[in-house]
Amino acid sequence: MAVEVHLWSGLRRLTDGAEVVSVEAATVGEMLDALAIAHPGLKPIIDGGVSVAIDGELLTGGRHRAIAPGAEIYLMQRLKGG
Amino acid sequence: MPKDEFQKYRLVGTRPNRPDGLDKVTGRARYGADISAPGMLWGAVVRSPHAHAKIVKIDASKALALAGVKAVITRADFPDGLTGEPWNLQENTIAGERALYDGHAVAAVAATSRLLAEEAARLVEVTYEVLPHVTEVDEAIKPDAPVIRAGAADASVPEGMPPNVVRYMEFGHGDVEAGFAEADIVREGHYLTEATHQGYIEPHACLGQMGEDGKGEMWVTTQGQWYIRKMCADVLGMEVSQLRVTPSEIGGGFGGKTTIFMEPLSLALSKKAGGKPVKIVMSRSEVLRATGPTASASMDVKIGMKKDGTITAATANFRMQGGAFPGAPVDMALYCAFAAYKLPAVHHVGYDVLANRPRAAAYRAPGSPNGAFAVESLVDQMCLELGLDPIEVRLKNAVREGDKSSYGPKFGSIGLIETLEATKDHPNLQAPLGPNQGRGVAAGYWFNHGGETSVSMAISEDGTAQVSVGTPDVGGGRASIALMVAETLGIRYEDVRVNVVETGALGVNEPTHGSRATFASGKAAVEATRQAIGELCKRAAADWGIDPEAVEWVDGAAQPAGPNAGKFPPMSLAEIAGKMGSTGGPISGHHESVPEGVGASFGVHVVDVEVDPETGRTTILRYLVVQDAGTAIHPAYVEGQYQGGAVQGIGWALNEEYVYGKDGRLQNPIFLDYRVPVASDLPMIDTVIVEVPNPGHPYGVRGVGETGITPPLPAIANAIHRATGQRLRHLPMTPAKVLAAIKANGG
Amino acid sequence: MSKIHVTTTVNGDAVEFLADPRETLLDCLRDHLGLTGSKEGCGTGDCGACSVTLDGVLVSSCLVLGVEAQGKQIGTIEGMATDGDLHPLQRKFIEHAALQCGFCTPGILVAAKALLEKKPDPTETEIRYWLAGNLCRCTGYDKIVRAVQDAAAEMREKA
Repeated sequence: MAVEVHLWSGLRRLTDGAEVVSVEAATVGEMLDALAIAHPGLKPIIDGGVSVAIDGELLTGGRHRAIAPGAEIYLMQRLKGG
Repeated sequence: MPKDEFQKYRLVGTRPNRPDGLDKVTGRARYGADISAPGMLWGAVVRSPHAHAKIVKIDASKALALAGVKAVITRADFPDGLTGEPWNLQENTIAGERALYDGHAVAAVAATSRLLAEEAARLVEVTYEVLPHVTEVDEAIKPDAPVIRAGAADASVPEGMPPNVVRYMEFGHGDVEAGFAEADIVREGHYLTEATHQGYIEPHACLGQMGEDGKGEMWVTTQGQWYIRKMCADVLGMEVSQLRVTPSEIGGGFGGKTTIFMEPLSLALSKKAGGKPVKIVMSRSEVLRATGPTASASMDVKIGMKKDGTITAATANFRMQGGAFPGAPVDMALYCAFAAYKLPAVHHVGYDVLANRPRAAAYRAPGSPNGAFAVESLVDQMCLELGLDPIEVRLKNAVREGDKSSYGPKFGSIGLIETLEATKDHPNLQAPLGPNQGRGVAAGYWFNHGGETSVSMAISEDGTAQVSVGTPDVGGGRASIALMVAETLGIRYEDVRVNVVETGALGVNEPTHGSRATFASGKAAVEATRQAIGELCKRAAADWGIDPEAVEWVDGAAQPAGPNAGKFPPMSLAEIAGKMGSTGGPISGHHESVPEGVGASFGVHVVDVEVDPETGRTTILRYLVVQDAGTAIHPAYVEGQYQGGAVQGIGWALNEEYVYGKDGRLQNPIFLDYRVPVASDLPMIDTVIVEVPNPGHPYGVRGVGETGITPPLPAIANAIHRATGQRLRHLPMTPAKVLAAIKANGG
Repeated sequence: MSKIHVTTTVNGDAVEFLADPRETLLDCLRDHLGLTGSKEGCGTGDCGACSVTLDGVLVSSCLVLGVEAQGKQIGTIEGMATDGDLHPLQRKFIEHAALQCGFCTPGILVAAKALLEKKPDPTETEIRYWLAGNLCRCTGYDKIVRAVQDAAAEMREKA
């Protein structure tokens, strides 16, 4: 399933200028892996830990979480509380 | 007993006594420094007196010659070859080639008494070659600043950045230039916040023991025993399961106790001293110099607003230093900065910069108070200029469920509108203000968090219940879990005992941080209880000879689900439990997950101040916290979180700061000079708990611990502006700074 | 350095210990007598977590030497409940949720007890100034003050 992932503008130089990248994925894990393959410059960022927001809900785990068609997906920095 | 205004359930929303209250008011509760072990040694740490220096030589011979000294360790006693975050932790735990901040640990000793250990530490001779240092963020970001660590920038940093920039962020949406063109006024501001400390009254303390077989035990005051375990294992190069970490009661953390400082030293000393337990208790000055204060920030914000208060565009550029390691929360500061506003166009840029200061740790909504200070100050200034009411302007631009957030994704269920409306209606806003008095308003935001959770519960033979959670109780946690489990089971609150357990007893749990304990441990405890209820129903069904699907759990008992299931009187929990040994064995439930459905929360604060025009001293006259809790499980402890967060914010706004001298040394590492709020500084703190239940939690919980510290910094700056006509943009707003501003402007 | 034999009374009980002359009363209570209810928060007399009474006077035990305890009467948090009955302050603190982490609580209770013995009907301002030497980082002091007021009211009624 084609999934649109919103990155942050600071990553544009690693994705040939794209801030929204389309990959084939059914789960969060597949999406992250596909992003790293499509744009290898993203791999260290993803490996360093990111949060994924699906329809506004922030997840820090959940590689196996399924992505529903049309879900809004944002990649964000890994959040930390105090 | 009259129903509490929050009591929508039988128990959830009431205010029973907390189960650990007796131990805490009698002095029986045991914190980090409160245990001893046979044959115990005391540890003391040798710390760098220089902000930046090469470590040329460490000579421990005089220390070792002292009778009673059993071990001395340096970095050489730790494994090589770590990378990434484990390397950062190891380097901060004990210096390698260079001391990176005043107070950086360079060696440690173990001896038979505390006084002897301190004497031995003084006898360790360290030869330093002092290097140039930099402590201020705007100096550290310069291309020619002393370099803390060459090549430390991660993949996010583009080419050509100054050498101390280790992380870089840029994000936003819409056309900012077009937005500014549409505005009636466009204003900018430069804001500075100094580093502060979480200020927990209990210093870090641990008792560690490690034998030559590589097995270790540790008693430690911590927000997260699994984090401590993993971090110590990483730093020491040992297997994680071979280390068992037991959390003591914790005397405050607020984020500062989610990481390690001297804990690996106690284990390494123990191993070197032949496996004897080693106790290390930090002094207050060690805590302030060498644990994890906040970052300091230099921030530029620009906002475009129409005459009617609509915000058309905004930009933010934040520089934050988090000490000599990456991790200043510039990302979260930026994410939260404009979170309350529906913005058609916004652009954020952030830099995480290294400096010769201790490694920053989390402090209650890390980054959010800083960003709020900048943005909410500027919004208020613009409200004043346009003659608009600050609450109305927030309502006009407020985000709602489904709106696109300033940080990108759309919002789920949130309660900002409800929180603003509740603020508007509050009587505090009608209190008359006299000369030199002013009222400030500000909003704040925090995401809250889910995170790895593992919880078990079990039914005891007499029908009471026990729950094992992994999240230390920082103030009301056990009570909240007990309320939710008792509610779910249908038994008395007093019949549920909640235990905070050590790492050997459950799967991995994230710490009590991110306002997650009541949400995540609570949700898991409810799921675990439901699992146990399923088993309880099965036992009753077996007794009755009916299908388990035909049994339901009501008011603490199993009963047939409808007249067709059979005519049996309800079987109570106590009855089923009493014979469980002969009907199939123990009855328990277990749940682990990374829970979804986290609910974010907004808060709005209103503060009235009076500023003495002769001394610049600010007195807080009235303080109101209005915050969305989702559902208040135990309203008194929710109020406590609101009040505590607000008062930490008051301290940060008016008094608290890390003062570094020209020599790069911390000038104020004691409570006399690092001035936190005391009882005589404050009035009562009024609170309003707004409840917009979070659909992601069985009882509607949103985290409450952190949002409370996000509005006070700008709320107080806004109040001071309205009281004096002076806009202060550099925290803390000490009497000297306020007076200087008044005088500089002809006051 | 040779140790000094100290004989003293703590919470009404005769006790003795060997003190290094450099040790504080706080160190001695905690490490020699096992009375860990009094806490070290700062070691410089600024936080009040170590509050005890010395011959009836409220002191920061981190600023008193252990050897100074010789022949004196010391009162700590462990002696506040009598025969298993909590002092009204202790009860009210639990009822009012006047503690979160509880670390400052022993010192605040000892200090508040000393206040109410001296002044049974203090104003809010008097309570706040009396407790200004006891730092609390969790509660913001609101519920602490209310608990002290409520305990004072109950004690006046029963007197």
